[in-house]
Amino acid sequence: MKTTETSAPLPADAGSGMSVTKAGPPSGKPPTAQKREGKVLNAFSHGILVIWAIMVVLPLLWAVMTSFKDDSSIFGSPWSLPDMLHFDNWTRAWTEADMSDYFLNTVLVVGGSLIGTLVLGSMAAYVLARFDFPGNRFIYYLFIGGMSFPIMLALVPLFYVVNNMGLLNTIHGLILVYIAYSLPFTVFFLTAFFRTLPTSVAEAAFVDGASHSRTFFQIMLPMAKPGLISVGIFNFLGQWNQYMLPTVLNTDPDKRVLTQGLVQLAVSQGYKGDWSGLFAGLVMAMLPVLAAYIVFQRQVVQGLTAGALK
Amino acid sequence: MQHGKYRFIVGFLALPLGLYALFVVWPFIQSIYYSFTDWTGLSPEFKMVGLDNYRRMLDDDVFWKSLQHSLMFAIVLPLVTIGLALFFAFMINVGGRRRKGGPVISGVRGSSFYKIVYFFPQVLSIAIVALLFNFAYNPDSGAINSFLRGIGLDGVQPLWLGDPDLALWCVMAVLVWSTVGFFVVLFSAGMASIPAELYEAALLDGANRATTFFRLTLPLLWDTVQSGWVYMGILALGAESFAVVQIMTTGPGGPDYSTTVMVLYVYQKAFRDGQAAYATTIGVALLIVTLAFAAVVLRLGRRERLEY
Repeated sequence: MKTTETSAPLPADAGSGMSVTKAGPPSGKPPTAQKREGKVLNAFSHGILVIWAIMVVLPLLWAVMTSFKDDSSIFGSPWSLPDMLHFDNWTRAWTEADMSDYFLNTVLVVGGSLIGTLVLGSMAAYVLARFDFPGNRFIYYLFIGGMSFPIMLALVPLFYVVNNMGLLNTIHGLILVYIAYSLPFTVFFLTAFFRTLPTSVAEAAFVDGASHSRTFFQIMLPMAKPGLISVGIFNFLGQWNQYMLPTVLNTDPDKRVLTQGLVQLAVSQGYKGDWSGLFAGLVMAMLPVLAAYIVFQRQVVQGLTAGALK
Repeated sequence: MQHGKYRFIVGFLALPLGLYALFVVWPFIQSIYYSFTDWTGLSPEFKMVGLDNYRRMLDDDVFWKSLQHSLMFAIVLPLVTIGLALFFAFMINVGGRRRKGGPVISGVRGSSFYKIVYFFPQVLSIAIVALLFNFAYNPDSGAINSFLRGIGLDGVQPLWLGDPDLALWCVMAVLVWSTVGFFVVLFSAGMASIPAELYEAALLDGANRATTFFRLTLPLLWDTVQSGWVYMGILALGAESFAVVQIMTTGPGGPDYSTTVMVLYVYQKAFRDGQAAYATTIGVALLIVTLAFAAVVLRLGRRERLEY
């Protein structure tokens, strides 16, 4: 840290302004040797950035391309372009390989879980952030602790808990479990968020005769909208992409969600040999999420990184 | 604000807390209890067996292998991922050429493009990513070996996931591929909040980029790096490694237990072999490893918080 302390030779009056305008390299030009070194370094670093970008995009493009090929060319020449666009792969995946069912199940499960997570999570977080009562800290840390424990440990008995309640292999059972396992992060994030909101508005509403719950639903929730959007996106992606929970708790073939369905499809293709249909299914599952990400790019990034920056 | 306060608190907490207690807290407690029994999971009867499961675990070669692999995941993965991500983020945000009249520090051209693209894998399900790479790794018809043949490396045709020495690295590479982008974006946000004056001062003092990075950027970013490290380690010990190993490897966990990780071993013992009690014992070991990992990272990484 010495480097930063020793020097602030820039005009002191510059003070606050972020120095974007006045910046330019001051008087002494860097020696040419350094300049050349800089250029080489630039080309080098830029090159690496480009290579990683290609490494990220290439597998995805390869999957899209493969989904339009027929089986023999998938195996014969993985990198060749499709001889023609085999759209029938897509229709086959959608109808025969039950992709439509998997989509429907996923939408139902994630829809229910997301609403439940946001409602229950914000209720708990609001109470924990705004009210003093004995046990407040304990309950808060009980929720937070769930973030660092290996879920698999709980899944062994959970399977039997869920089974005994008659909730195994049901959509609503899966929804309840998704909500329960989404609560730790949601409560953690929203508690911090509710703490940052001003108290005066809620107090005014209360003085005007609004009940606690009315204050919450009509005043605080609308104020917490940015936080709810961030944590909502985080949970949406987590629940949409969830693999471990359904693998353990949802073994009925008819109730499979997308991730499970695709993995099962991959296993059973070993016998049926419809690889092109499987690739079509994979791309089908990938594209909506990628498209949504590109459209809501800023919000998604905010939602996913918000927790770690706290 | 006292009127009806406790009724309100109870009313609002009952449902979330009840659900959480029933589906998360209670199973955790049960798990620890079951690890001292001989419960199979198939029948409701069981009896206490004391420390038998723990003794068995210490003699179980597969358990030790899985522990070793899980530790590899927890140490190597964050190291590689965060290292790469720091490098990329620094290049994207600070590595740009100094343009005349422009700001003293700037990102490379197209910096926002890189951030968008690098983040792609993060929004995909790890299950889908694992399936995709499963095809890519296929030794005969997979994209990687066919690419190697294409550039004339016919002699280099590894078995990838079929090779016990390579399989674990193949699986880890997939997790690196899918998580680097998240950390690039995370660190970029952190770097953007470092005041430009500090960089100006460093440059005036003649610091080159490496010095700037190690003496300025990294120390100021340390908190984010550390929490990212813990976050990545917990994922690598738990859900993420389960998905990739279970989907990609033969067995799963093979060949010859070369990719078995603790979380997968718990799953197999409980739901494949009908040894639920023994599974929870390994689960308890996993819990201890996870907590120890977090404690070590937080302790080793502790330094004075820098204000800026």
